[in-house]
Formats: sequence, structure tokens, C-alpha cells
Amino acid sequence: MEIFSNLALGFGVALSPFTLMLAVAGCFLGTIIGALPGLGPSNGVAILIPITFTLGLDATSALVLMTSVYYGAMYGGRISSILLNIPGDEPALMTTLDGYPMAKAGRAGDALVLSGVASFVGALLATIGLMFLAPTLARVAFFFGPAEYFALYLLAFCTLGGMASNNQAKAALAACIGLGIAMIGVDSSSGLPRMTGGNLHLYDGIDFLVAIVGLFAIAEVFFFIESHGAGSSIGVKLEKVTIPWKDIFDTRWTMVRSSCVGFIAGILPGAGASLGSFLAYMTEKSIAGEKGGFGTGVPKGIAAPEAGNNAAAGGALVPMLTLGVPGSGTTAVLLALLMTLNITPGPTLFTERPEVVWGLIASLLIANFVLLLMNVPMVKIFVKILMVPPWILLPGVTMISFVGIYSLSGSYFDLLLMVGFGALGYFLRKLDVPTVPVILGILLGGNMEDALRRAMTLSDGDVTYLFSSPIAVGLWIAAIAGFVAPMFLRGVLRKPPAITD
Amino acid sequence: MTTKILKAISLGAMLSIGSVSALSAAECIAPANPGGGWDFTCRQIGKILYDIGAVDKPVQVTNMAGAGGGLAYGHVVNERGDDADLIIAASSATTTRLAQNAYAGMTADQVRFVGAIGADPGIIAVAADSPYQTLGDLVDAIKADPGSVAFAGGSAVGGFDHLKPLMILKEAGFTDITKIKYIGVDGGADAITQTVGGFTQAMTGDMSEIVSFLSNGDIRVIAVLTEERVPGFEDIPTAKEQGYDVVAVNWRGLYVPKGITDEQFNAWADKLQQVADSEEWAKAMTDNGLAPFTKVGGDFQSYVDGLVASINAMSKELGVIQ
Repeated sequence: MEIFSNLALGFGVALSPFTLMLAVAGCFLGTIIGALPGLGPSNGVAILIPITFTLGLDATSALVLMTSVYYGAMYGGRISSILLNIPGDEPALMTTLDGYPMAKAGRAGDALVLSGVASFVGALLATIGLMFLAPTLARVAFFFGPAEYFALYLLAFCTLGGMASNNQAKAALAACIGLGIAMIGVDSSSGLPRMTGGNLHLYDGIDFLVAIVGLFAIAEVFFFIESHGAGSSIGVKLEKVTIPWKDIFDTRWTMVRSSCVGFIAGILPGAGASLGSFLAYMTEKSIAGEKGGFGTGVPKGIAAPEAGNNAAAGGALVPMLTLGVPGSGTTAVLLALLMTLNITPGPTLFTERPEVVWGLIASLLIANFVLLLMNVPMVKIFVKILMVPPWILLPGVTMISFVGIYSLSGSYFDLLLMVGFGALGYFLRKLDVPTVPVILGILLGGNMEDALRRAMTLSDGDVTYLFSSPIAVGLWIAAIAGFVAPMFLRGVLRKPPAITD
Repeated sequence: MTTKILKAISLGAMLSIGSVSALSAAECIAPANPGGGWDFTCRQIGKILYDIGAVDKPVQVTNMAGAGGGLAYGHVVNERGDDADLIIAASSATTTRLAQNAYAGMTADQVRFVGAIGADPGIIAVAADSPYQTLGDLVDAIKADPGSVAFAGGSAVGGFDHLKPLMILKEAGFTDITKIKYIGVDGGADAITQTVGGFTQAMTGDMSEIVSFLSNGDIRVIAVLTEERVPGFEDIPTAKEQGYDVVAVNWRGLYVPKGITDEQFNAWADKLQQVADSEEWAKAMTDNGLAPFTKVGGDFQSYVDGLVASINAMSKELGVIQ
């Protein structure tokens, strides 16, 4: 039982009082970073990196602190999604769809507890998966070439149609806007800048966080101003927090399934937590069918994305540790941290530096339990940060958004861009165009295009290359089925109410 | 309410830690986020400069990410043109982008390149089960059928990783370089994944990117692009000894603003030489897979000028610039 001796070694490292303290501090900071719109896990971790240098932490301690922040942020992101309808970070985007309607219906406490438990299940299963399967699963990445990745992203876009089922054309339009925005920046397949207007600030493309904060938080401010605060959707009441045992029990299979989907999405390099939560939500939605009421505030709609994105966060650590390939934006930052600490992740890390790997896994397990405690019985502490009257909260959110976005690149240009996105979000919502597909377009469009361009380079433009492997063909079939099925089902089933708020 | 304020303050403190600056201390701009190569250059060189007494106050590191170093470049050219206390981390990527006009019209002669004190050697690797045993095998295969070999690398098309195989093929007398297939992926490790997975036939990158895969036996390095074999990797042959005289290393160095005096420029060159000669730097290099590569002062400036000219010519041929 090599795993147990390894794990004992890990707990030996992770259970020292200092490391434990770092884990708790990391979880707390991470939850706050996740909860605040504009501060996502990747820039949260990036901001904290200088602190590890200043404190002179050794490799294991630094890694424990950073991964606790990372896991904490994955938990925290749901809080503002549920209470404010503003995703705290990219992966929490899908949680707004059912979390906010549920909170509006007076069940904010239930939504928070349920999503906390789902996060715990997702993260725990992913950590266990990481522990037992990491060296084996790392080989999965070798089966994914450009054609397979393209089919995977295509699958994500094809299921989009089902998301705003009251008007698929508008959802498609929104996704196209997102895809268009994703094209801005230096084209990695030719090295030439596109649609930058010669502006250096646009060479790196548009950061997702700028778009998310603009489309959600800033747009909300515009609505608030327009209505003079009257009809603002912000400011859900949270009276008392009880544990909704029945909902937790009812969603147990949803959590397990979503964890698996999320974990697999996390393992694939580049796909990351956002794709994990998206695919988990879509899988559950199609299993539940149109009668499942997804989008109206059902427990499964909250449990699925939260279990999915936390499992993906754990899954993303697999390729990072075993191949040195980051599975998401945040793991890319963690990877950079590892390199600075003279640890080169790769196939030999597990054998050469077992104390680092197993110390990390043990501290992830500890962090998970700490986070469950913080996010279920003590969730009110974090909620209090967000539970103030709208006329105080909204300027506060705006201020934090500005500070958070400024910290990304230290340029005022991103602030202007964010306000621009706010205006876009305002008009889109006035026109009843959903904003979630816009974000997904920005988030996944660039990756999808890169995959297609690489496939075309390798095959000299031969389109059949895209269907050249069983994995790719399987994903294509799933994508086409996901796109076509809702059209035939619509006649049979009644339309669910609109999900855009 | 108090807790809320406290939290706001602590968050504010957290955010501003990166930007506290000491008066009149030297500043090193890392044109990237913490953790990357440029950040490493600033932090290591800054620390050693202070430790060996070359500067009397700790060097302040500022991270200014954006446009692949273009934002920091623009900042130095336009706003800090005569700041003698400023150094900026640079590498081959800086000169490649300048040569390809990727900094929105700014050119390499708008700053002064003060020196490089270490380099990550370029390599060409294939999967362990690949039929290509030597660089010669690979070159012959491409000459026979350019479509039969695709390269994967961590930089965009036209980037330094892409240029490495092109330099070798030009040296081998193959001039139709636009025929050579290359895909740019997210970093060296990803390029290895694609090569081991069989989607591409060869990987082009830096030595530091492949070290852990080497001991695992997944890949075989068929050439290192240095003058001599790299210490610690004596069994990897150079391209030069296989008959292709190509040296391509990812150097780590610094540039300074254009407007400083020659004395100030030479003072920085001298300090950098001191760092290069220090034991601390020797240790930092071995820890990070860097090979010795020291060129400072006027010597380095002419090396950079030559590099920019040759990359510019090759990029035009490749069609990535007009």
C-alpha cells in the first residue's frame, strides 16, 4: 500500500502547525478573493506570489499557501454568483443561472449551503482522483491533439443553444459577439496582430475578467443608476442558514456525476474549470430534460456547476504536476511559481520530490475540510461582506472591481475597457440578449480557433483530419446530438421560462 | 461594519504590496507577471547586485506585464528615457519581437542593451520511439518531403522556437522555409505532449523545458544549439558537431533607457559583469538549467544588433512581417 505510506509522508509535512496555519489563512483569503467580483483565482494567486517571496517560504509551504488560496477561490466564487448575480470568478459563471433565482425566491441560505457541499464533494473526489490516478491519467493528454481539442470546444458551443431556450437566436448572437471579441489580439498561428488598431494594450487580447466584471458588475451599476435604486435586483435577504438535508440528498448523484465530468475537463490541458462547470451543468440539464426546470433555481442546477468547477480545479493539477502543462489559467500561475521555486513539474516529480507532491495532496485534503467548515457553518461571515444595502454595496463592488482589474496589468486602459463592457452589458440586457454566452465565447473561442488552425497546419488544410480519431468522432457525434436534439424535443415539451434576469 | 472595513483595508494592503518603492533605489522592471523568466532575471540579478555590494539599496522589482513586454518597452522609451537607476529584464523574446515589429513600431535602437549573463540552450527533440536518430535524419526527411515533419514549439508562429528549426534547415541548404510545418502551443511542455502523442514529429524549445521528460525517457534530444556540449548534458550532441553551424540560445539579460550617459551605461555593464562572476549567480544558473553565456557592454549591443537584423530578414522571408 504505497499510497498510504506516501500519504503519511504528506500528512507529516502538512500537519506541522506552521503549514496548517498557512492552509487556513490561504483558505480564508482565497474565499474572499473568490467572492469579490473582479478578483479571480488566477490574479488572486498572482497577487499573492510576491508575498511568498517576502515571507521566504520554502517550496512546500509556498505551494500549500497557494493551492489553499486556489481551492478557496473556487469555493468563494459562488457566493457573489448566488447573492448578487455577479460571478465572483469565471468558473462561477454557471452558478448564477440557478443560484440567483433560488436566492431571489428566498432560499439564499439553502443555495449557499448546497453549493458549499457540492463544492466539497467535487473537490474531495478530485483530490482523491489526483491521489490515485495522477500518473496514469497524465497519459490521457497524449491522446488529445488539435483535432480532438477542436471537437471538444465545439461540443461546448453546440450545447449553448439549450442554454437560453426562450430564444436560441439571441443566444447564438451573443456567442458570436463573444467569439468576435476573442479574436482580438496577436494571432498565435501567424504572429500578426488582429483588430488591435495598433494599440499595444490589445495585443494580449481581452482578459476574461475585464469582460466578466464589465458585463455583470458594471452593467448592474448602470441599471441601478437608471432605476434610482428602486428595481435593482441586488440585495437578496439572507435571514438564517439551515442545512437543506433533503436537497443535498436529492442531488447526491448529480454531485458525483458532475465531479466526474469536471475532473475530466480539468485534466485536459487548457480546458480548465470554466469548461468543467459548463459541461457539468449541461450534462445534468440534459439528463433532467426540459421538465427539470433548470434555470429557475433548482437544487441540481446549483450542485452541478459547483461540483463540476471544484472537481475541475483538482483535475487541472494533474497535468500541471505530471506534465508541466497547466490545465487552467490559475494552474499556469502556480506552474510559474513552481519554476521560480526550482521545482520543475514533469513526469518525474512524483518520484523525485515526493515530499512536495504528497505534502500538497495532504494539504489539499485538509484545505477541503477547512473550506467546508468555513463555507457551511461559517458562511455568514463571508455573506456579511456582501450583505449590505445596495447603495453601499454597489459602490463598494464597483470600487473593488476597479482595484481588482487595475491589479491585472496596472493600466487604466483595462478600466476603460471594463466600462465599455458595462455599457455593452447594459444594452444587451435591454435587448434581452443573454450575456453568459458572450463570456463563454471570449473564454473558449480563442482556444477553439487555435485548435482548428493547428489542425489545419498539420493536415495541409485537409478537413477530414478533424474526424481522424475515434475520440474526435465521438465528440463530434455528441456535439451534433447536443445541437440537434433540443430542436426536435421542443415540439414535444413545453418551453421553460426565460433564464435571463 | 468594523470587520468589513478591516477586510477592505487588509485587501488594499494585499494589493499594494507589489508596488511599495524605496526612494532612489535602483528599479528592475520585469515586463511579465511574477514567476516567469523575466521576473526570475530581475529578482535574481537584483538580489545578487545587493548581496555583493554592487548597489547600496535593495533593487526594487516592478512587474509590468502586457503585450509580450511591449508595454514595459513603451513605458521605458516614452516616460523613463533618461532614468539611470532603471534596468529592465530582457531575453531573446525581446529582440525577436523587436525584429518583427511586434512592439507597435518601436525599434531596438530606442534602448541600450547592457548585457546577458546566462542562456537557456535551444534544443530539438523527438519522441523516444521516433525513427529519427540524429539531426541529419530529420533534415534529410524534411528535404525529401517537407510535409512529413511537423514541429511543435512554445512560441507563436514566427517566434524564437519556430526560427530554430528554420535556421538549421537554411544552414543545410533548404531554402523553402515556408514549407516547414510548425504549430505554436502553450509552452514547451505542451509541445512535448503533442510530440509524444504523435501529433507532431519534433519539438523545438529550450533545455529547461525538457529536463524532467529527459530522465523519464519519453523523448530523445537530437541536438542542442550551442557552441559546445552543455555541462551536465554531455551526451546530447550539438548541432554544430553534426555539421549544422547553428547557435540559438534564449539569453537572459538586461536593457537600460537610451538617454543615460556612457559612464552610466558602462557602470551597469560593470555591475552585471560582477554578477556574472559571482558564485551566487553560478548556483542560480545550475538550479534553473541555464548555461553560461556572458556578453556585456558594447560587445552585447553589437550581438543584439546582429541578431535583430538576421531575425528580421528571416521573418520577412517567412512572411510574418512585410
